[in-house]
This record gives sequence, C-alpha cells and structure tokens, in this order.
Amino acid sequence: MCGTCGCVSENGVTILTPDHSHHHGHRDDHNPDHTHHHGHTHSHDPQHTHTPTLPRTLDLTQSVLAKNDRLAERNRGYFLAKNLLVLNVISSPGSGKTTLLQATAQNVGLSCGVVVGDLETDNDAQRFRAGGIPSIQITTGTLCHLEADMVLTAAQHLNLDALQLLIIENVGNLVCPAAYDLGETLRVVLLSTTEGEDKPLKYPTLFKSADVVLLTKLDIAEAVGFDEATALANVQAINPTASIFPVSAKTGLGMAAWYDCLQDYRAGIGDPS
Amino acid sequence: MHELSLITETLAIALRNAEAENAQQIHRLTMAIGAASGVVPDALQFAFDVAIQGTIAENAELAIETIPVTCQCPQCQTQFSPPDWIYECPTCQTLVSQTLTGREIQLKSLEVS
Ligand SMILES: Nc1nc2c(ncn2[C@@H]2O[C@H](COP(=O)(O)OP(=O)(O)OP(=O)(O)O)[C@@H](O)[C@H]2O)c(=O)[nH]1
Ligand SMILES: [Mg+2]
Ligand SMILES: [Zn+2]
Repeated sequence: MCGTCGCVSENGVTILTPDHSHHHGHRDDHNPDHTHHHGHTHSHDPQHTHTPTLPRTLDLTQSVLAKNDRLAERNRGYFLAKNLLVLNVISSPGSGKTTLLQATAQNVGLSCGVVVGDLETDNDAQRFRAGGIPSIQITTGTLCHLEADMVLTAAQHLNLDALQLLIIENVGNLVCPAAYDLGETLRVVLLSTTEGEDKPLKYPTLFKSADVVLLTKLDIAEAVGFDEATALANVQAINPTASIFPVSAKTGLGMAAWYDCLQDYRAGIGDPS
Repeated sequence: MHELSLITETLAIALRNAEAENAQQIHRLTMAIGAASGVVPDALQFAFDVAIQGTIAENAELAIETIPVTCQCPQCQTQFSPPDWIYECPTCQTLVSQTLTGREIQLKSLEVS
C-alpha cells in the first residue's frame, strides 16, 4: 500500500523520493528490451480448439535468475561509466547498517548517496537525509530483498554524476538478498556482536558471497560476551578471501581502515576526482 | 521467502516456452537446485503449489534435482565434494572460495502436451 495515495503498486514495490512523489513499481520500467505481450495467444481460426499437442519434453536448462543477472550486469556497466564505487550492504535486521553507513558517508571522504530498502517506512532514508546524505527509499512490501531493476530506478533519482560512492542498504535479511546481484562493486556483509560468533556457519550462502565482512558494534563486545577471535575464524573458514574489519560505528573504532579500503577501491575504478 | 519470487520467475519462463511450442498443458517442471544455492526445496514446492493455480501448469508436478557442491583446489587442483560448508581441500587443506557446481537455480526441462 502506498503511503501517499493509498493505492497498491504492482507487486508492492514503491520508490519514495524526498519530495514524496512516488513511483509505482512497474519493475520493467527501465528494461530496454522489454516488450509487452499481453498474452492472448488464441488464433482466431474458427476451427481452433484446445486439443492437447503431442506429449514431449522441452529441454531448457535456464538460470531462473538470468533476468536479474542480466539487469545487474547492465547496472554494473552503467555505474562503472559514472566511476561509481557501489556497495550492496546486507545483514540481519538491526545489525547496525544505517548507523554504520551514516558514519561512513560522513567520514569516508567520498561524495556519497544511498538507496535503502525496507519492507515498510522511509525512516532509514530520513535518517540519512537528516545527516545531509542524499537518499532514496525503496519499500518492498512483502519482498524480502532488493532486485537489480528496482535499484537502478531508485538510483536514477539521485544525482549520480555528483557522487563517487553509491551505497545500497539492502532489506535486513540474511537469506534472500544473497541470490540477487544488484550490479555492486563490493558486497558488504555485517555481523554484529549481539548475533553470536557462529552466524557465518548458520548462513553460509550469504557469508560466502561477501567481498567484505564488517564485525559491528565492537564497543559492546565484552558486555555481550562476543569472542572476536572465534568470529574471525568462522568468517575465514566460510569465506577465506573476504576482507574483514572489526568496527564500532558508535566509537569510531576500526573505522579508518574501512574508509581506507573504500578509498582504495574507488581509486581503482577510474578518475579519482 | 524468496522461493516465491523464484517460482514466479520459473513459472514465467515455463509458460513462455510452453506457449512458444503451442503446448496446451504443462505436466511437469524439473528444476536443478544447487546444495549451496540458499534455496529450500520444501519452500519452493510450497510456493509452486500456490503459483500454478489458474495457469496451464495447474496440475503440474515439480521435480527438484539437487546438485551437490564440488570445488577445485587452486593450489593443487584436486577436485572434491566438501562434506559441509567449509570447503577445505582434502589433499593440501587449503580453504577454497570458488565452487564448480552447487549454486545452480535452474529450470531444466518441461513436459508438455
Ligand atoms: N553499541 C552500539 N550500538 C549500535 C552500533 N551501531 C548501531 N547500533 C544500534 O543498533 C540498533 C540498530 O541500528 P541500525 O543502524 O538501525 O541497524 P540496521 O541494520 O540499519 O537496521 P534495519 O535497517 O532495521 O535492518 C540501533 O539501536 C543502534 O543505535 C554500534 O556500533 N554500537
Ligand atoms: Mg537500516
Ligand atoms: Zn589442494
């Protein structure tokens, strides 16, 4: 349900821009090769009947995510042409994504915009905007992850030419977002100290897909009995190639190394203007 | 819960192909699901039973083939099937990131008439 006019958008996905104009998510909007075949397939031959044809097997072997993967590749090219470093940030609900990304956007030294996905509300986009960070909210309704086409449509509401870093805060969920490439440069997965050291072992698919893992809320590690060494070992066992940064967005602990990492990646993308 | 999204897309691909072949009915869909794809076969089956209502796949059966994880060690080239989520080379104990198979989410075939 759209918060502005009460109408229901197709498939429940709505993009909320700062002026609260809204775009009902026809998710094929920006798909150049999309054509509408409104499926009336009956020939108008009067002889026509629904006689079954010969039983047969059609061999397809098609990836079910092929369409999203294709759109994600297109996003990647589009973002690259704009020299953007793009992060797809994924974690459980409440692991500290918004807090960490606010600090990042303010301190990393790159001009930054945010696309944020939640099931409902534009609270997170408002939190970013309150800190002066351009931000677009996607509310997904019942959909538990962002897909490539939604991200492009939302990102185009930001002034991308003025940005160096585009951050996508995905819907808080450790399962579904893993399968959907958004065209990001880096997939960043958060594990907060309150979640337990064995999260990577319980949600291996997501942790295996990470380029960077951030251990967050380190300031309260002791209070919640979080064993950093065990957590590090678990992440490394599941994903031996991920870069890992233990941080606290609250105290700033470890954040400099994370910012340096982003600066290095951005410098590798092209014109570091 | 992305199984519902996946099934919706799978069914769209199936209906498009069946239509292109002038089939009147889909009797069976066969999917290949990698053991490390993150997809839960039971959830897929449940979503399928809902999604096929009112389509030419209404009475169809969903067959799911599980594809095991296989890896190749970048150090010693050994190919192996890891027994769990930690992909450790049985020959040289290197931890491996990449998989050769096991992440598939595919529509393999349709039986139609
Ligand atoms: N102690 C401590 N608390 C934190 C830190 N970062 C976030 N929090 C708290 O954790 C709670 C959730 O933080 P958010 O930043 O909203 O988390 P999120 O991952 O964006 O949440 P969703 O978008 O709802 O999934 C808030 O109460 C924050 O104040 C941190 O570094 N240290
Ligand atoms: Mg948030
Ligand atoms: Zn080896």
